[in-house]
Amino acid sequence: MVKIANKANKTLLIFKHQFLHTIKRVGFIIMTLIVPVVALLGIGIFYLVSEIARPSVAEEVKIGYVDSSGIFGQYTSQGNITLLRFDTPDDATEALVREDIKEYFVISPDYTSTGQINRYTLEKQLEVPPATAAAIKNFLTSNILTGKVPQATIYVIEAPLNLITTRLTETGTVATEQGGWGNLIVPGLFSFLLAFSIIFSANYMLSGLVDEKENRLIEVLLSSVSTRQLLTGKVLGLGAAGLIQVAIWLVSLPLLLNLASSTIGGFFSAIQLPGNFIVLGLVYFILGYLFFVVVSSGIGAISTSTQEGQQLVTILTLPVFIPFWFGSFLFIFPNNPIWVVLSIFPITAPVEVMLRLGVSDVPVWQIAVSMIVLVLSILGGLFLAIRVFRTYLLMYGKKPSMREIVQSLRSG
Amino acid sequence: MRSWEGTASMLAVEVSHVVKSFADKVAVNDLSFSVAPGEIFGLIGPNGAGKTTTIRVMMDIIKPDSGEVTIFGEKLGEATKDKLGYLPEERGLYKKLSVLDSITYLASLKGMDRHSVTERADELLSQTDMLASRKNKIEELSRGMGQIIQFIVTIIHDPQLVILDEPFAGLDPVNTELLKGMLGDLRKQGKAVILSTHQMNQVEELCDRILMVNNGRAVLYGDLSEIRSRYQDNSVLLDFQGELGEVPGVAEKRQHRGYVELVLDGKTTPQQVLAHLVGHGVVINRFEMATPSLNEIFLKEVGKNR
Repeated sequence: MVKIANKANKTLLIFKHQFLHTIKRVGFIIMTLIVPVVALLGIGIFYLVSEIARPSVAEEVKIGYVDSSGIFGQYTSQGNITLLRFDTPDDATEALVREDIKEYFVISPDYTSTGQINRYTLEKQLEVPPATAAAIKNFLTSNILTGKVPQATIYVIEAPLNLITTRLTETGTVATEQGGWGNLIVPGLFSFLLAFSIIFSANYMLSGLVDEKENRLIEVLLSSVSTRQLLTGKVLGLGAAGLIQVAIWLVSLPLLLNLASSTIGGFFSAIQLPGNFIVLGLVYFILGYLFFVVVSSGIGAISTSTQEGQQLVTILTLPVFIPFWFGSFLFIFPNNPIWVVLSIFPITAPVEVMLRLGVSDVPVWQIAVSMIVLVLSILGGLFLAIRVFRTYLLMYGKKPSMREIVQSLRSG
Repeated sequence: MRSWEGTASMLAVEVSHVVKSFADKVAVNDLSFSVAPGEIFGLIGPNGAGKTTTIRVMMDIIKPDSGEVTIFGEKLGEATKDKLGYLPEERGLYKKLSVLDSITYLASLKGMDRHSVTERADELLSQTDMLASRKNKIEELSRGMGQIIQFIVTIIHDPQLVILDEPFAGLDPVNTELLKGMLGDLRKQGKAVILSTHQMNQVEELCDRILMVNNGRAVLYGDLSEIRSRYQDNSVLLDFQGELGEVPGVAEKRQHRGYVELVLDGKTTPQQVLAHLVGHGVVINRFEMATPSLNEIFLKEVGKNR
């Protein structure tokens, strides 16, 4: 009993040391705080800019038109745009040069058969401003239809589609999660942070191990504890630091969103968190984090220098971004089976599942399988890392070949 | 938990028939030796002889291909690890950590509690005249000071077995003397000390018994003075005044700077030669058995195997 307590105790000591060292690191603190701080700054700047830029009263715009047919005389007030009639194009050009009007258009005599309208403006534009185009269109439509159909019909023709989608659950009640872009923002952002956090921590684990290897402190450590205690303590220490990081993010995100939607409103009020997102985000973050820390500890064992190890870690962490590369396909074809594969493959799983949560529903069985695969990969990875570690840790200056590594895994 | 009271008479280390080979060579080839409490044991040999690999096998850092190692009568496990202190050859500490924090962390891994670590660390730091540096970061220390801290880390938990790999490398004469004194203290306290080095003069000065290895094999093993007498040439070194003349029983006279070496014929003892010299009125400044230095024995043995 005493022995077991002692064992656990030493793992705990290494855990504590690793944890405290990690969270005191400048890089970790910046990475943790950057999310809330940047978001706060962003909200602040947006608020300030919109306060300054917001027009006090909607500006009245005057647009001239020349109508030789004489049928376009009514509905000259379209929102904040007022239409002024001119007898000839020359009169209108004069008014335009004097800047009495912003622009003018000429309704050609054969308009009813060709629909041709010539527009004249002083401004260099990419395209017709949508508000102007809509005002002109509604002005024309209303005048053509007036007297022929009821007024209500005119309104419907002007805006025939006011599409309101409601998502129902399988029982027919309104679903709490309605989807849409607002749903994707938080998971998308979160998965991006997750990917970066994974890469940072994997590199940190690696450089720590290679350092200890280079200055031979590892031998002193191993004369006190076993490889298993050392690696388990380190992995869990880094994992706990990751937990703190993600907890800060996940707690601050909804608060910041509330702040954003109350100050900025509009788009931000449409942002919503997918159901179970906080829980799943936490779980996947920790699993992904642990998985890559374990992988990089194995790489640390066979690397002779930080540089060499980092190259290997980079190659292995690059696929973390695969879900982002194919993100736009995910938005268009959310039900393709490839996403299921990426959700289960442990290297891509954390980011892929987060993204999919934002786009569509992820079936429970897929989440379960993906979590089980991740947990097994972590345990298996740790087991393998310990074996590789024991064999190659102390072969300074000599990198084992692939064949030797496989052999050591067998004989351990 | 620390119940090694009953281990005093037990061997500290017993290595039997250990073999360890790496991909390209056999690093340790059928090595056997033992170390008793209260002795300083020299593990000597040229670079690449297999000393460090032997130590790592003893420490259970690497597994031997065959053979067995027992530490205080048992296989090295979690509990036995607390009984030993190890100073590796090339050493370092966490650069950003303070002296006291480094000592505290590494000592805690040997099962010491915080309070006793601090107390004992202060004792050892003041003994080595480094108490003023206890709050300094490791990176602020000189190399020699860093090494002393390493040594403190090695012995702070009162280990029964201390293994030192080239402990004098890079130390200035003052720190070398300091370390030698502390090693002597450890022997007096009945600890077993293994000193791995290729510096023969340190071994001659400190060690009771030695194991000389070359190419992974044991070349010489046993009591140091016994080994030296075994390698004694049958000759005496003589520094004298006056006329030497013919000395019976001397097969050959070799002239050296300041003294002459008399090689005896095998039937004559040095005592007989001395009696003859005194009887013939030769004034003797120095009369000594020609004992080869460990370095000479080393070169001789290593040369044999080349």
